[in-house]
Amino acid sequence: MAIRCVASRRTLAGLKETSSRLIGFRGIQTFTLPDLPYDYGALEPAISGEIMQIHHQKHHQTYVTNYNNALEQLDQAVSKGDASAVVKLQSAIKFNGAGHVNHSIFWKNLAPVKEGGGEPPKGSLGSAIDTHFGSLEGLVKKMSAEGAAVQGSGWVWLGLDKELKKLVVDTTANQDPLVTKGGSLVPLVGIDVWEHAYYLQYKNVRPEYLKNVWKVINWKYASEIYEKECN
Amino acid sequence: MMTVAVTAISSSSLSYSPLLLHSQGPNRRLLQCERNEKRRLATKVAGSGVITAGFELKPPPYPLDALEPHMSRETLDYHWGKHHRTYVENLNKQIVGTDLDTLSLEEVVLLSYNRGNMLPAFNNAAQAWNHEFFWESIQPGGGGKPTGELLRLIERDFGSFEEFLERFKSAAASNFGSGWTWLAYKANRLEVANAVNPLPTEEDKKLVIVKTPNAVNPLVWDYSPLLTIDTWEHAYYLDFENRRAEYINTFMEKLVSWETVNTRLEAAMVRATQREQEGTDTEEEANPDDEEPEVYLDSDIDVSEVD
Repeated sequence: MAIRCVASRRTLAGLKETSSRLIGFRGIQTFTLPDLPYDYGALEPAISGEIMQIHHQKHHQTYVTNYNNALEQLDQAVSKGDASAVVKLQSAIKFNGAGHVNHSIFWKNLAPVKEGGGEPPKGSLGSAIDTHFGSLEGLVKKMSAEGAAVQGSGWVWLGLDKELKKLVVDTTANQDPLVTKGGSLVPLVGIDVWEHAYYLQYKNVRPEYLKNVWKVINWKYASEIYEKECN
Repeated sequence: MMTVAVTAISSSSLSYSPLLLHSQGPNRRLLQCERNEKRRLATKVAGSGVITAGFELKPPPYPLDALEPHMSRETLDYHWGKHHRTYVENLNKQIVGTDLDTLSLEEVVLLSYNRGNMLPAFNNAAQAWNHEFFWESIQPGGGGKPTGELLRLIERDFGSFEEFLERFKSAAASNFGSGWTWLAYKANRLEVANAVNPLPTEEDKKLVIVKTPNAVNPLVWDYSPLLTIDTWEHAYYLDFENRRAEYINTFMEKLVSWETVNTRLEAAMVRATQREQEGTDTEEEANPDDEEPEVYLDSDIDVSEVD
């Protein structure tokens, strides 16, 4: 029953609204599924094209759709002054909104090998990693171990603590963003360890997924964020 | 989440094993287990060096392809053959040589839950328990409607079977992340330590739907689980990809074993009645005698409602 053929590009995503649209009388801004900066199959063999397509077109799209719905309902509830409805919507907003944010970061955290995926970080981020973790291998080992140890669904992160000016590795449950672990944390690299991120290819062997995902991690993007936040 | 008042019994005894908390009221399930286990544990302590065989991976009560096309053979191969198996194997590795080693699976679950501050064995133990319970909750040719007392209680507590179905499916669909959705029989009384509900009524005993995250199950609140659906992605991903709602529909329409649920309900109701009759015994149970196993806290714990 799994999808066997892989669509060549993120074609369906392109059919969606390309910019925000206005809803309702007050015109709240809604969100759209961002395009992937590479083909679905471009991250193979680390991550299969089948997974990339479903992950992007189904999972991420569902977060976006549900987030928009929740925001629309929130807008109505706020307008009507319905306090309990507002409160009731919070978990859907948090879950779907964060799901959208996290996955938007994730697509940028990945890159095909021929576009620099897997290339070790240079510059200030590279030095900072050596300082804090001994070496890139040290960081990779730590993140892979922590990612494998996440029970249930969640993410493993490399983050920058803006205030303390240090790198941290942490995990979050479900779609909780990194900032729930510390207000001054900025995500640099996030790796999705929900089963949907790897199941069709790696089945229950999450450690194998974590071993291979590093081959397509886009350190250039992480470095950009790091340098921006450090200035 | 409902949490319970616990009393801690301190003792000078050794323990490198997890805390054993005696509790009253809602966790009497654990107390009953302990009473039964006293002798076994005493033997264990006496005959140290004996390593038990550990828990076994029980196969589902039907061939692995018997649930096709609603749940594929491939899913069973991975879900039972890999996921469930790994929980059992890892649990055995975790508890071998410890005081948890001779306990029943249910006891390990209850002890390692540790009032929500889970000890390392909890995840594997609870998942081992949950999966065994899950395979038995479904059957080839399942689905349809419950009958008899089960149907009567469903109609009493949810209005109608359709209403129950709606609420159960909705709970399962909205359980974000990994987890389980349960139909359970709740027969706890008022949460009053060292006392028995002076006016037990039928309303104390009812069917409830509960959603739990990750490995948690309703045993920890002293509910009697009757039915569960696994909504971890691995339960449905190979057959349904991200379409959890479709999986839930298929589960309820084609897989659920109402016969098993009914049997469990009967047992749960018997248990509840037995407890009512034993009601006056609880105060005596609160004070363990010397025969109690030597796996106590060695620090004091605050005896208050934790919330």
